[in-house]
Amino acid sequence: MKKNFRGLFFTPYVLWLGMFVIAPVALIFYYSFFDIHHNFTLSNYQEFFTSGTYLTMTANSVLYAFLITLFAILISYPMALVISKLKHRNLWILLIILPTWINLLLKAYAFIGLLSHDGLVNELFQFFGLPVQHMLFTDASFILVAAYIQIPFMILPIFNSLTDISDSYIRASRDLGATKWQTLTKVIIPMTMPGIKSGIQIVFIPSLSLFMLSRLIGGNKVITLGTAVEEHFLTTMNWGMGSTIGVVLIISMVIVMLLTNTKRKRRRA
Amino acid sequence: MSKTIVELKNVYKKYDDGFTALKNISFKLQEGEFYTLLGPSGCGKTTILQSIAGFTEVTSGQVLFDGKKINDIPANKRQLNTVFQDYALFPNMNVFENVAFGLVVHNAKKDEIQTRVHDALKMVQLEQYANREISELSGGQQQRIAIARAIVNRPKVLLLDEPLSALDAKLRKDMQYELRELQQDLGITFLFVTHDQEEALAMSDEIFVMNKGEILQKGSPVDIYDEPINHFVADFIGESNIIEGKMVEDYQVAFLGHQFECSDAGMRPNEPVEVVIRPEDLVITTPEKGKLQVKVDTQLFRGDYYEILAYDKAGNEWLIHSTNASTDDAIVGLTFGPDDMHIMRFNETEAKFNHRLESYED
Repeated sequence: MKKNFRGLFFTPYVLWLGMFVIAPVALIFYYSFFDIHHNFTLSNYQEFFTSGTYLTMTANSVLYAFLITLFAILISYPMALVISKLKHRNLWILLIILPTWINLLLKAYAFIGLLSHDGLVNELFQFFGLPVQHMLFTDASFILVAAYIQIPFMILPIFNSLTDISDSYIRASRDLGATKWQTLTKVIIPMTMPGIKSGIQIVFIPSLSLFMLSRLIGGNKVITLGTAVEEHFLTTMNWGMGSTIGVVLIISMVIVMLLTNTKRKRRRA
Repeated sequence: MSKTIVELKNVYKKYDDGFTALKNISFKLQEGEFYTLLGPSGCGKTTILQSIAGFTEVTSGQVLFDGKKINDIPANKRQLNTVFQDYALFPNMNVFENVAFGLVVHNAKKDEIQTRVHDALKMVQLEQYANREISELSGGQQQRIAIARAIVNRPKVLLLDEPLSALDAKLRKDMQYELRELQQDLGITFLFVTHDQEEALAMSDEIFVMNKGEILQKGSPVDIYDEPINHFVADFIGESNIIEGKMVEDYQVAFLGHQFECSDAGMRPNEPVEVVIRPEDLVITTPEKGKLQVKVDTQLFRGDYYEILAYDKAGNEWLIHSTNASTDDAIVGLTFGPDDMHIMRFNETEAKFNHRLESYED
């Protein structure tokens, strides 16, 4: 009787897991073994790993995702550090989270307005007597906007791990003679590593496949794996190849998870 | 007379919301002594510790270390270390790295770090634990590592903020011996903060009793226990029976309708006073032989003694410690000698109190 009851509560979770996690992943794997004419084949994988185009695309995606993640950390960490020290820190963190509730498309268009040839930024440049810059459709603007989009997701876990640190650790460090900088590098940053790692996990993987931004802000000059997936499913209708790229993305996600999921417990004597 | 190492001069600490945590605190700490700040929570004892350590700025007054004013010197530049109440051992480092931290941040050489960490761990008898993780240690072991980490920099003063409060009773007693021994081996000044009077009495050379941001009384454990300055100190340190009375003349005190010989003097004739008698100084006898007659109400067996609660005819409560049990509802007599009573005046300052004691004691 009791056991049945527990099973009842378990059902929605199992259904969810089966329908929206296991089944789609299985389908992606399944489709990746068929070519455009629905023949079973390994040619998709062969093509992916031998074609220069796909490999460069992968390298590019990884490089861009790496840069986006790096800039997100460089901006988020000091910001989280400052906010965690503020009096109304929960209000400030809410202000950081607020933009994530706005649709990504809207934000992208807002940036187009800001960065375009006649946009606000260029008007400011002209006001100060600087030459007009071509900012839209450049690698730099793509990384800038992508980092902007990802920053809230990076700040939140870092902020949480910072607020978890008891004041007495910082006092102990200062008491033992550490400067503020030493306290930051030897105590605060190592203790917030779990926060940084979950930030990387949340930011790096989606950054591998930001197809909408790469089109709207990068002007399709930046071709990431995400763009390729979209092209294969919607334009060339080569679902097999699109799924293969999907599998590659899933595997790289697993790799990033493994790299960032080092156990807290370290070596034992 | 040994050298003064830490001195506070007229220190005040006021918070923005108007709360005054410290009111005109002045004291000197000598080299190599064990001091205790004793008081209930919120009395300002931790604030004093933090102002010496450099974690809080005093509103006015001077904090001196080795004769130099250190009010504006940051915590990391002060030559003293702290053992924290929650130990604050860095969870991302193992035992060795935790103890070595104070040396690493001062860029000490590798072999020097090795020997000094080993020495510090040896002091707390945990030298074989160097490679353990903090999470693998028991509360008592963490406590010792926190002490080892604090003494590795060879501070002249060690500040201890209620370090034993998280330990169980047995371990706490053991640690009292060890802390006292450690202090004597190191020969440095300890400033220990606690709300536990038993800890304070057991370990200290000198106790500062605090309440509401003020130091009420300074003195050796024996002085403070035997001659508390006022009702608060008498009540806070140990158990006591406090009765209102009248100082008839020098060495004569009256309470509960009787006049008794006592060993206190220097007060106005017929001045209203409070009389303190410790429960262990009361001896139970027959009603005829007793100086006072009381009726036993309840008895609790405490292991090494019986704690007996009794009431006199006026309804005053009497607490008696006796090695022998009594009978419930029995009328018994209580005797006590002149030295068992201690007379306290109302609103006497510490300076006047000490002056009066000196005037009639040799």
